Amino acid sequence: MGVEGIGASVVRKEDRRFITGKGRYVDDVKLVGMTYAHFIRSPHAHAKVKGIDSSAALKMPGVVAVLTGQQIVDDKVGNLICGWAITSKDGSPMKMGAWPAMAPETVRFVGQAVAVVIADTKNLAKDAAEAVVVDYEELPAVADVRSAIKPGAVQLHPEAPGNIIYDWHIGDEAATKDAFSKAANVVTLELTNNRLVPNAMEPRAAVADYDAAEEHYTLWTTSQNPHVARLVLSAFYNIAPEHKLRVIAPDVGGGFGSKIYIYPEEMVALWASKKVGRPVKWTGDRSEAFLTDAHGRDHISKAEMAFDKDNKILGLRVKTHANFGAYMSLFSSAVPTYLYATLLSGQYVIPAIYAEVVAVYTNTTPVDAYRGAGRPEASYLLERMMETAARQLKVDPAELRKTNFITQFPYQTPVIMAYDIGNFHASIDAAMKAIDYAGFPARKAKAKADGKLRGIGLSCYIEACGIAPSKAVGSLGAGVGLWESAEIRVNPVGTIEVLTGTHSHGQGHETAFAQIISERLGVPISQVSIVHGDTDKVQFGMGTYGSRSIAVGGAAIVKAMEKVEAKAKKIAAHALEASESDIVIENGEFKVTGTDKSIALPMVALAAYTAHNLPDGMEPGLKETAFYDPTNFTFPAGAYICELEVDPGTGKTSFVNFVAADDFGRLINPMIVEGQVHGGLAQGIGQALLEGVVYDGTGQLVTASFMDYSMPRADDLPSFKLSHTTTLCPGNPLGVKGCGEAGAIGASAAVINAITDAIGNNKLEMPATPDRVWHAIHG
Amino acid sequence: MYETTYHRASSVDDAAAAFAKGKDSKFLAGGQTLLPVMKQRLAAPSDVIDLSKIKDMIGIVPTNNGIEIKGATTHYDVAESSDVQKAIPGLAYLASVIGDPAVRYRGTIGGSLANNDPAADYPAAVLALNATVKTNKRTIPADDFFKGLFATALEDGEIITAVSFPVTAKSGYAKFRNPASRFALTAVFVARSPSGEVRVAAAGASQSGVMRVGAIESALTTNWSASALDNVKVSASGMLSDIHGTADYRANLVRVMAQRAVIAAG
Amino acid sequence: MSTVKLTVNGRAVSVDVEDRTLLVHLLRENLNLTGTHVGCDTSQCGACVVHVDGRAVKSCTMLAGQAAGCNVTTIEGLAKGDELHPMQAAFRDNHGLQCGYCTPGMIMSAVDIVHRHGGKLDEETVRQELEGNICRCTGYHNIVKAVLDAAGRMKVAQAAE
Ligand SMILES: Cc1cc2nc3c(=O)[nH]c(=O)nc-3n(C[C@H](O)[C@H](O)[C@H](O)COP(=O)(O)OP(=O)(O)OC[C@H]3O[C@@H](n4cnc5c(N)ncnc54)[C@H](O)[C@@H]3O)c2cc1C
Ligand code: FES
Ligand code: FES
Repeated sequence: MGVEGIGASVVRKEDRRFITGKGRYVDDVKLVGMTYAHFIRSPHAHAKVKGIDSSAALKMPGVVAVLTGQQIVDDKVGNLICGWAITSKDGSPMKMGAWPAMAPETVRFVGQAVAVVIADTKNLAKDAAEAVVVDYEELPAVADVRSAIKPGAVQLHPEAPGNIIYDWHIGDEAATKDAFSKAANVVTLELTNNRLVPNAMEPRAAVADYDAAEEHYTLWTTSQNPHVARLVLSAFYNIAPEHKLRVIAPDVGGGFGSKIYIYPEEMVALWASKKVGRPVKWTGDRSEAFLTDAHGRDHISKAEMAFDKDNKILGLRVKTHANFGAYMSLFSSAVPTYLYATLLSGQYVIPAIYAEVVAVYTNTTPVDAYRGAGRPEASYLLERMMETAARQLKVDPAELRKTNFITQFPYQTPVIMAYDIGNFHASIDAAMKAIDYAGFPARKAKAKADGKLRGIGLSCYIEACGIAPSKAVGSLGAGVGLWESAEIRVNPVGTIEVLTGTHSHGQGHETAFAQIISERLGVPISQVSIVHGDTDKVQFGMGTYGSRSIAVGGAAIVKAMEKVEAKAKKIAAHALEASESDIVIENGEFKVTGTDKSIALPMVALAAYTAHNLPDGMEPGLKETAFYDPTNFTFPAGAYICELEVDPGTGKTSFVNFVAADDFGRLINPMIVEGQVHGGLAQGIGQALLEGVVYDGTGQLVTASFMDYSMPRADDLPSFKLSHTTTLCPGNPLGVKGCGEAGAIGASAAVINAITDAIGNNKLEMPATPDRVWHAIHG
Repeated sequence: MYETTYHRASSVDDAAAAFAKGKDSKFLAGGQTLLPVMKQRLAAPSDVIDLSKIKDMIGIVPTNNGIEIKGATTHYDVAESSDVQKAIPGLAYLASVIGDPAVRYRGTIGGSLANNDPAADYPAAVLALNATVKTNKRTIPADDFFKGLFATALEDGEIITAVSFPVTAKSGYAKFRNPASRFALTAVFVARSPSGEVRVAAAGASQSGVMRVGAIESALTTNWSASALDNVKVSASGMLSDIHGTADYRANLVRVMAQRAVIAAG
Repeated sequence: MSTVKLTVNGRAVSVDVEDRTLLVHLLRENLNLTGTHVGCDTSQCGACVVHVDGRAVKSCTMLAGQAAGCNVTTIEGLAKGDELHPMQAAFRDNHGLQCGYCTPGMIMSAVDIVHRHGGKLDEETVRQELEGNICRCTGYHNIVKAVLDAAGRMKVAQAAE
């Protein structure tokens, strides 16, 4: 490893602009003649829009236009789509209701837009919005899954009778039934996976600019995947053909899934910029983010696990109801199916699994992938199950896990996934050592003497990342391929630009990707620029989510690199009058092995572009493109152990220790990797202790701001003790697995297992607020 | 925010006069409550009269029988004041746990009392310490000042110029934060006067705002110790109940926080 | 409309704004100092923190008019030319930022924390003092490390002066 190559904890190249206030986010963009959009949103969870009177608003100062849902339908802007088709048990396709960008007739969740005011300033737009009179006829609403599937419940969409989108299953029902019939013990568990608001700190925003002369649009948007946005905006929403639409995702302040989707606001901003003939900016308030950013999770599940007399798992049966909210968001359908139920084998040998998932409409904000997406739900269910089982079977929870770990790889689970590699014993052992698991009983006794309830909880997660082999996802219903692209341009002076189809919104691509180049060529990372986030600059790519950037995007870079190297070696061999096979690359030099002959990269590059003396028939230039389609998912895995104390007087939890032992394969930049884990852990712990969306019975969002939705603060969290055990991923050239979601996937079960251990009561739902914990202690 | 007209007052009289001139005026001190409300368009004052630069309204003055805190003194200045720390340590501590550091730099005692948020901290201290609220028109004893949720004895245009706290023998505060807003989910201030009178006030608990807690006062009058409260029953009836804390939980917190406040008071 | 005169990052400025203008908007919209961010509408996230007369306050919870006559420092004014403030350097060196959105406010708050506590900071104090700054990316782990690191650096820098 070079000082800046793979494995080096290099400080981030991108940081200087952020720490000096020079980051460039969408809301920082200012265009000449720019107008401001403010959306008029439904205060009702379910209502008919009977009329919109904007006459008074149009007379107000600075108002440019008031545009309505009917106009956007009349202009043939397409409805929002869901890009992954799921088929129900009975063979019928999923039942999707129509979702226009602004509601012309019916609103189905609080916050859904019905119209937009465009004005000279944001304040004037807001002033005028209050003068727009919308005539609503309120309809009864249903906000929770249990009520929505009851006979006679309010129906949201005519397309989806009973509010059911699909009733899907996976696994072998008969074999599972058989396994249960042979069980010595059966453990059952019912639980809720609480709904979360992603709350990236930068609210979503869009700036749209229509150039009438060129019939060309430019959109600056807070997106994790600008090319996907452009594709969807042109192919499905009919905004403009792709070559007439440039999408730029500049610095983006966090995403966590919520900025994958193409939301109504971006569509409307583009459409409106043509209508009013001026650039249109929309910047969401936090309150709008709470109402309109796709929420995450929201499952209720029943699970049963069958054990034989030696405590080996025989089978698992799960039934889950997933709340989709009022509309099907872009990837919503895949989350509780192929990202959830396919992970229900966890780290364990489970010979038979059968899972059913019912997807349900409710009058709430649409739900989609949020950090981890499906995998946290699977991991939480399984790891609470293992802990519950250990208590019921009266065995040590670590032992029960070890008894059932998969140890032979590759391992085919009964639910599609084929794990390529892993070492689950290594990670649990590392975590147990780090937390001094053996010494816990003594610590618990001591805490008890001090009036505190101490508990310890484990969670052994596995996730499928590096989303994903295109053929595989295509066969499962995905509307897109999930490969990644890279272009490497070696400039005539030898500096390098890497154009990647992934997008960094905090992950540090500008540094980590440069390290991959540095490793191969031995050039300093200062000589390498990573270009991303602009469809005019970068070839088509699929963006960043599902911990895919390094595993898929990084592999594409390696592939392009190989092509660049091959050509460069030919040029070097030609210049040095040596055989191509004798050329090696070291410290930015092309050397002839066993001699002192060499030529520096800049000279090779220059030769490529002057083209005065290239091998016969070779094209000038040194620039290569690669598309990499993964051959399998990657399977990061690890063990988390949480030790905490509960104050019996208040039910408040405080951390004593939190250890994580992760296997992410090769680490490109351990510092960045650990940062990703910290952030994920915070979100997992946030879900366990603090965060949870609450709707009232009429579909009003109760947790609609930071005043009521508890965000993890610095003093809610401990410092984390991280370690790594490594099995290299055999499926990609870097041996990497991805690390962006692990913390969020594994943490919540560890926390809840520790609390229930501390208080001696397994009946506890997330978020385990002091109130809930206190009630669980005192009954 | 709706458009408004901003005035910076130079004196209490100037502020009162400016207030009277506006159609629908509001005083502005630290702005840590009023501005968030205006940002949400939940208040639309025609004029805002800034009190925060009035010299006479800033400062902490030890008096013969206690300490006087001027109306526009910030939470930060109260928390840091060695006079307050010495005379009424529970009060200095309370000021140090209001909101976050940025809020404490700007938020003021007058603003907090005038607003009388049921989850605010200062009202508990003012009530437990039997303080007197001084305005540009009169003085109001603590027991007469708080009138339920967000309501006080203040008349329209009346300015809190100072709050005067009598000397105490013991004072302690324990706050259980609302995990989201960080206001008091329930917090309790305990105080014992030099003559032995015990007053206990709880914030964040009752549906009718800051309240005295008789059962705890009498238990502590007989025996000033945390264990004296072990078996005190605080009724859940009339307690606030929301997603962060049910009524019975809050009732429990009143007792537990009172115990911790007594320990803090020594 | 009023004319607001103040000093921003050492430069005297005079701006005509509506009275309802918040300091953060004056900075971002009128002065193009977009390093100061807005992350919430309930005055809780701290993305907007700047120094007003040396104190770290939320610029989203202050009218521009209230800042008249004041000395305002934003993230853009923290470094001395090319030389980063020790807090900025510590955030970079400790990987105390990911998406960078909370970072300007974090750094401005953190500088103030060190000013108030001097070298006597410990992890618990830093965590409590960061109550008004929300970060969704870092889990705070490296932010806390950065603040403690910078506290040491600032002490050294002060001793050297
Ligand atoms: C993020 C955040 C967290 C907070 N956390 C807490 C907390 O934990 N505990 C807590 O108690 N508070 C908390 N607060 C509120 C804070 O303490 C406020 O500072 C305080 O409630 C109001 O004081 P102010 O000076 O800011 O008043 P302003 O907001 O300026 O005014 C509030 C009201 O009081 C009136 N007013 C102001 N001064 C006077 C006066 N001298 N005479 C008469 N009327 C006056 C105003 O007209 C207005 O109606 C928090 C605020 C924020 C933004
Ligand atoms: S923007 Fe100022 S506190 Fe959130
Ligand atoms: S670094 Fe992204 S919010 Fe803090």
